[in-house]
Amino acid sequence: MRALEPAVAEQPALAPELLVRIYDGMLRSRCLEERLIRMNKQGDGFFWIGGPGEEALNTPLGMLVHKGQGPEYDYLHLHYRSSATLLAMGADPVDTLRQMKSTSADIYSRGRNFCNHYSVRKWNVLPVSSPIEVQFSMAPGTALANKRAGGRGITIVQGGDAGTAEPDFATCLIWCSRPGRELPCLMIVANNEWGISTPAREQHGEKHIADRGRAFGIKNAVIDGNDPEVCYQELEKAIGYVRSERKPFLLEATVSRLYGHSSASGANFVSDEIDCLTQFEERLESRRILTRAEMDELRARYTQELLEATKRVRDEPVPTGADIWNHVFADRDVVGDTARAQAPASGDADRARNGAR
Amino acid sequence: MATVVQAIRLALHVGEVRLGVTDVFGQDVGPPLGGVFTQSQGLTTAWNTPLDERGIVGTAIGLALAGQRPVAEIQFCDYAFNMIDLLKIAGGICWTSAGDYNCPMVLMTPVGSGIRGSIYHSHSFDAQATRIPGWKIVMPSNPLDAYGLMLSAIADPNPVMYLAPKALLRAKAEPTERIPGEPEDERLLSRMIDAPLGDRSRWRPDWPPVEDLFIPIGQARVCREGRHVTIVTYGRMVPVAMQAANRLAGESIEVEVIDLRSLSPYDWEAVKGSVLKTNRVLFLNEDTEVTNFGEHLLRRTTEELFYQLYAPPRLLAGAHVPGVGLADALERASVPQLEQVVTVARELARSEA
Repeated sequence: MRALEPAVAEQPALAPELLVRIYDGMLRSRCLEERLIRMNKQGDGFFWIGGPGEEALNTPLGMLVHKGQGPEYDYLHLHYRSSATLLAMGADPVDTLRQMKSTSADIYSRGRNFCNHYSVRKWNVLPVSSPIEVQFSMAPGTALANKRAGGRGITIVQGGDAGTAEPDFATCLIWCSRPGRELPCLMIVANNEWGISTPAREQHGEKHIADRGRAFGIKNAVIDGNDPEVCYQELEKAIGYVRSERKPFLLEATVSRLYGHSSASGANFVSDEIDCLTQFEERLESRRILTRAEMDELRARYTQELLEATKRVRDEPVPTGADIWNHVFADRDVVGDTARAQAPASGDADRARNGAR
Repeated sequence: MATVVQAIRLALHVGEVRLGVTDVFGQDVGPPLGGVFTQSQGLTTAWNTPLDERGIVGTAIGLALAGQRPVAEIQFCDYAFNMIDLLKIAGGICWTSAGDYNCPMVLMTPVGSGIRGSIYHSHSFDAQATRIPGWKIVMPSNPLDAYGLMLSAIADPNPVMYLAPKALLRAKAEPTERIPGEPEDERLLSRMIDAPLGDRSRWRPDWPPVEDLFIPIGQARVCREGRHVTIVTYGRMVPVAMQAANRLAGESIEVEVIDLRSLSPYDWEAVKGSVLKTNRVLFLNEDTEVTNFGEHLLRRTTEELFYQLYAPPRLLAGAHVPGVGLADALERASVPQLEQVVTVARELARSEA
């Protein structure tokens, strides 16, 4: 891993109860991802892509989201390595198994999309798409709606480091920092230093991706994305800034990619990158917050629960060919219903609009 | 009588005040210019963006998913090719999320040749657009349809592409096609809603009380009835087809002209009904001819109506070359011309069963 500049000073430790919650979320996500990988290898799913190695970043993110539906709440433009965020928000891991198995009960895509391609309108989680970085072009739109609504809601958009070479990343920087029209958007780059098989150091000359924020006057930081305590505190600060100042923030977190890019590259454990979970377990043990036995027991329980859930999911109905014709077109404006219900009074709307274009 | 571009502007105004349009935006769309074709002059929700088509479409998607009602503009469709993937995503959001989200946005863009626009202001987009499922696609050919289709596009819960034939933007309505509520005096209308030249900072439009008129998406219009040959067309080629029909009327050939108006969904029943009546059909548009939308219609006609045809169905479309050249002869050779339409329609009408 590339050596980090010490962008983050020593922070006071988080409360033990909070650390246990973070650990629990990270562990559940890791167990889920390992289950998905096994499902793929056993023929219970066509393809795996996911986020083992990003749990220290993504679990705190999910815990800090202002969760809800409509522009009063946070919008999330996530990527396909965001399972820990979804679980921390309260998603049922069995639904991810269903998406992996392409069953009819898959609530995210009804068997149409790869695993970890979420869509949860009730929580403002926008549909995750396989093309990387396109979400950065869409984020200014939801951020504009957040700003217009006048509440606390912000837009959070996340991608990897390789995708920042796409024009969409520049779009997000420019559109979120238009003078006098700044948007409440937290841009997160999970930097695992890979673009499938291509090392970032061969393609990117910039020292830090976050440095690109400086040209636009966008506040930014580089953090150790393998340290959940750092992530929680830095995310809390960044989110707090965007929420209160209604301006963008660019956060770059160095993370690991522990099972390679996807099942296409084998999905085998990579031993030469930092494992945020193992590292965190050692810290929890040394601080006497959890014992090794307790953590082992928890891991065994989650692993077993997911195994049993997989057996159930395996027998669930799958889509029929006729299902392809469903939802080509919407017959109702479901997204508009919520926005209209939350729309500010007309005078407020005019003021908000004048400041939010 | 309103022109096509005035009709679009009136519809956008109605969209703002009655249909919940929150944003009309794109490059040069806001004040002071109000659009390079004047289509967004005087609108209260119009704003300018960076010169960034991906940002325009991406932001429109984001706004739509957050329950806003955006109308985004790509200044010329020739500049829409760098965000085809975003169009695919917008068209696929409802389907990929299995109905969890809909994406209620309008994307309008001027299309086609006819203004001596050279290589990058003359492209057509109907062939590209109809390759992207999940979008509704409309293409008006006159002011009344421009107005009514825009209102329907705004009200639709799906992404709707509004292809505006740029050569027809200044075309005026026929007296029988007045937008309900527009002033009868076209000079009065111009004074009311056209921004003055020079300083516009204190100008405000005086909108006429135009009424709602929703032209259903997916419904064609029979522009002219005839018994001998059908021309199925849309956009800029509609007036060309009408001229051809007038010319051939002098030869006792009755041409039926169908303006599809919507390309997705399209009015197959109207096409089928006319072909069953005339038994001869020409599909006419100005996009390049290889993998052309007219080819699809021709294929379906051949498959479903083969034994009702008295002559091989024809397609008249643009030459499959990289662009529409600027010189007069180049442009004329690149897109269908009146003489060709007359010739092909005549051949069809005179062919024996």
